[in-house]
Amino acid sequence: MNPSRSYSQVFHTFLETGAAWLLAVLWISPLVYAFWAAFHPGEYAVNFDLLAPLTLDNFREALSQAPFPRYALNTFILVSTILVAQLVLCTLAAYAFARYQFRGHKIAFALVLVQLMITPEILIVENYSTLARFSLVDTILGIGLPYMASAFGIFLLRQAFKSTPKELEEAARLEGCGSMGVLWRVYVPLARPTYLAYALVSISHHWNNFLWPLIVTNSVETRPLTVGLGIFGAPESGVNWSVISAATLLSVAPLLIAFLLFQRQFVQSFMYAGIK
Amino acid sequence: MPAAILLIAFTHYPTVATVIDSLFSKATAIRPSRFVGMLNYQRMLDDPIFWKVLINNAWFALGTIPTSIALAILMALFVNRSIPGRSLVRMAYFTPTILPMIAVANIWLFFYTPDIGLIDQIASWFGFSGHNWLGDPGTVLPAIMVMTVWKEAGFFMIFYLAAMQNIPPELEEASQLEGATRWYYFRRVMFPLLMPTTLFVLINAVLNSFKLVDHLFVLTKGGPDNASNLLLYYIFETAFSYFETHFAAALTMVLLILLGVMALLQFFILDKRVHYR
Repeated sequence: MNPSRSYSQVFHTFLETGAAWLLAVLWISPLVYAFWAAFHPGEYAVNFDLLAPLTLDNFREALSQAPFPRYALNTFILVSTILVAQLVLCTLAAYAFARYQFRGHKIAFALVLVQLMITPEILIVENYSTLARFSLVDTILGIGLPYMASAFGIFLLRQAFKSTPKELEEAARLEGCGSMGVLWRVYVPLARPTYLAYALVSISHHWNNFLWPLIVTNSVETRPLTVGLGIFGAPESGVNWSVISAATLLSVAPLLIAFLLFQRQFVQSFMYAGIK
Repeated sequence: MPAAILLIAFTHYPTVATVIDSLFSKATAIRPSRFVGMLNYQRMLDDPIFWKVLINNAWFALGTIPTSIALAILMALFVNRSIPGRSLVRMAYFTPTILPMIAVANIWLFFYTPDIGLIDQIASWFGFSGHNWLGDPGTVLPAIMVMTVWKEAGFFMIFYLAAMQNIPPELEEASQLEGATRWYYFRRVMFPLLMPTTLFVLINAVLNSFKLVDHLFVLTKGGPDNASNLLLYYIFETAFSYFETHFAAALTMVLLILLGVMALLQFFILDKRVHYR
């Protein structure tokens, strides 16, 4: 390789790194800005002074105006209920689809896949009247119910179960395992990466979900964080900007911290779940 | 099986119920709901707001999808090389994805606030006067699009990144030996190889552009004068603010048909073209 070419290559690499960093700074800046606003008194919200006094007043203010700990608890109950139900239901359904040839299993599977396109959010009107009929409106169970049989989860787990070698199942059967035993001792342990990926995707999806919980809930006892924040931040409530920033950070903090700690698992899970 | 019951209760039954409901009139205290045939659809076609939200949605999709896909490819190219601080850069790109849309909207709301908002403050340093970004029908939709691109590009990036890591490095070496420029390599080798990813991302992006309306609740409520209203938000308004469930059902039908068409496209046309190897 001649020297002039390598010079231009160095220059290119340099330029590219610069561009990559510039884009990264641009991308993270709204979040950094929210941190700035949340930790400084209101008058510094648009006044960038490095010596501006730090304060936690905004957080105190946000907590005194809305029951964020209660919302956080609701979100936590909601997310974990959904996840547990999803794992159980999807495992059983996926096992049936992966290993049993029952009548009409192709049609049944196609009907499951319909949900990949028509997600529960789209059918808000009808789902609401269904919930009303069972008087589950304004309950955490009501928020979670439409999501518990997740087509995405069934699909992912079915793929994972199908790739499990049949010989392992046969060996387990010889050892005297019933079909539930096979599922529990062979399929589930081998599909651990899939479970992890699905769990992370599910948690972050339901933590962030807004429209459906907004419709279903109307009391402090059931409202998840996103809905609480949506009501809190509504322009007509006239809350100070720094306080809104603080409230926003409060509601994203648990997920954000988890993401920063397990960044690699998160990115890989999303990738894995996306490629299928 | 319990999974089947739940699926039927919350996906299939409502779909069918929507079809039926959309054919009935609104029940009032003096007059119960009755069969009205296509009347709700007739009313929908005559409803200027319906056409407005549909056109808005089309613009919203057109404005956000190509931009976020292009940015996602660019980001993936950046972090696919070994640049200093690669994992930090990747984290910066991906972080918006895990934030709730509602929190993101809260943050961006302040950027767009007239005069005291961040954008107007920065603009004022350069002598521009304040602009009501979200209050002006001309700028409200682009303003929301910018935010959506910011939120979604990082999400799509990881799919491209995964795909790029599967491209054998020999291909790039070979094209370098042949004297191909990097742009040529990207255009003729890499981009075609990324086609399946692009299609996957495209479908997801289109779905999202119809499904994601959370930000409207905080930013604009569909206003001013429906300039930023999208189909799903209009359905929500119709059903839960005006309590016109049957009209909302007719609107939902439009959404269902749109999604159905996309599902068919995905299964029959795109699937064949993707598996060219």
